[in-house]
Amino acid sequence: MNFRVKAIILDRDGIRRALTRIAHEIIERNKGVDNAVLIGIRRRGVPLALRLAEKIKQIEGCTVPVGFLDITLYRDDLTQLGYHAKLSRTEVPFPVTDRTVILVDDVLYTGRTVRAAMDAIMDLGRPKAIQLASLVDRGHRELPIRADYVGKNVPTSSREIISVQVEEIDGQDQVLILEKTE
Amino acid sequence: MLTIAGLSRKQRERFFLGGKRLPSKHCLGLAALSAKEINEILENAVPMKQVISRDIKKVPALRGKTVVVLFYEPSTRTRVSFELAAKHLSADTVNVSASTSSVVKGESLVDTARTIKALGADLVVLRHPSAGAPHLLARLIDVPVINAGDGMHEHPTQALLDIFTLRERKGTLKGLKVVIIGDILHSRVARSNIWGLTKLGADVHLVAPPTLLPAGIERAGVTVHHRPEEALVDSDVVMVLRLQRERQRQGLIPGVREYARMYGLNAARLALARPDAVVMHPGPINRGVEIADDVADGSRAVITEQVTNGVAVRMSVLYLLTLGRGA
Repeated sequence: MNFRVKAIILDRDGIRRALTRIAHEIIERNKGVDNAVLIGIRRRGVPLALRLAEKIKQIEGCTVPVGFLDITLYRDDLTQLGYHAKLSRTEVPFPVTDRTVILVDDVLYTGRTVRAAMDAIMDLGRPKAIQLASLVDRGHRELPIRADYVGKNVPTSSREIISVQVEEIDGQDQVLILEKTE
Repeated sequence: MLTIAGLSRKQRERFFLGGKRLPSKHCLGLAALSAKEINEILENAVPMKQVISRDIKKVPALRGKTVVVLFYEPSTRTRVSFELAAKHLSADTVNVSASTSSVVKGESLVDTARTIKALGADLVVLRHPSAGAPHLLARLIDVPVINAGDGMHEHPTQALLDIFTLRERKGTLKGLKVVIIGDILHSRVARSNIWGLTKLGADVHLVAPPTLLPAGIERAGVTVHHRPEEALVDSDVVMVLRLQRERQRQGLIPGVREYARMYGLNAARLALARPDAVVMHPGPINRGVEIADDVADGSRAVITEQVTNGVAVRMSVLYLLTLGRGA
């Protein structure tokens, strides 16, 4: 199967501006970030969570703890994959109980990843609240889940693929919309 | 009745290769695993260890799967370790203990395999007094089989947890001088460790009286000694094996006390090893026989760590085998 680049949704500056806005929204909505922690979902939620923490530090002058979550063991399609997904480490070196946990991911699609991430967080403790930040929301939800902070809403068809590329993993910052070609 | 002798030549070859052609379906022994496969199991054990160090020691990965733990030999720690590993992954476990006395080996294993099939098991953990029993079971049923010890042959998950513990402590196995002291001849733990450690580049030395060493073991790429003092110098790891007391009745050693004096790991002998050397023992321990009290309870012993790591490593093996691979 081949893919054709249909459009560039966000370029480097676009991603930067979206994250800056989300950082402001997080601070505003939580009336500061004293009780907040950021947890990035592996893999591309991780650099995004780190960037959000950096921006919040620039704006508010305080450091928000950042953790990373591997949700593989919580996936609902794990036994149907037919192959094993390689596990990564979960690194949440602080208690989440009574904190406001802000989950960070690159794309919000069916909502199943977020469901798995919420279950994983609940097994680490009992947060006061869980919020969700996503760089792209492409629709097609299969579960009653919505994001609290969205970088960009992108209406898509299920034939299309959203490719989020971040410098830390892919060498460049951009969000593409790809289309399958037969 | 299915016996090993009744198999065709091709089947027999496959049987003795220990599942080489299906490298990922079963975990029968470290002889059949590549260094890459061993490392894959160890890598996945790291997040598993995180899971069991939390307050809520459970993930839903194997929900709805059934693991049958079938033991034809008495065991507490290995059985409990497998059972806990399966439960931490949310699998359902069924324990079946068969007493060796009432078992006619080949036949009963075939019958048991039929029962397991009918019960709808997704994975079987088997301990059996006969070498090769798990390999036979693996041929009879189409679910993954984990060898939890077969006769004097292999005990792969024990070696994997030993290697995992060493990796945590030492970073890498490459170039480590590992000394294994004790009854090598009857030890499946030693055999699996020799395979695993040499594959990962460790320098393996064996110490035992000549009567407790298998003939030709040097060909496995290890160095053989008969006196602990000459082997222990500059060692990074000392692995002590349990002395089974019935060996004395078989005339293989003159006496348990003499064995303790000649081969027991005490503080004086351990002083020959490197200052950061660690002491391992697969348990259960005969205090005062193969290992002195002060060494077993000393700061260099990692024996309780081995037990904890055993659960993590077995979770990793259960995870990899139950969810299948290679798509």
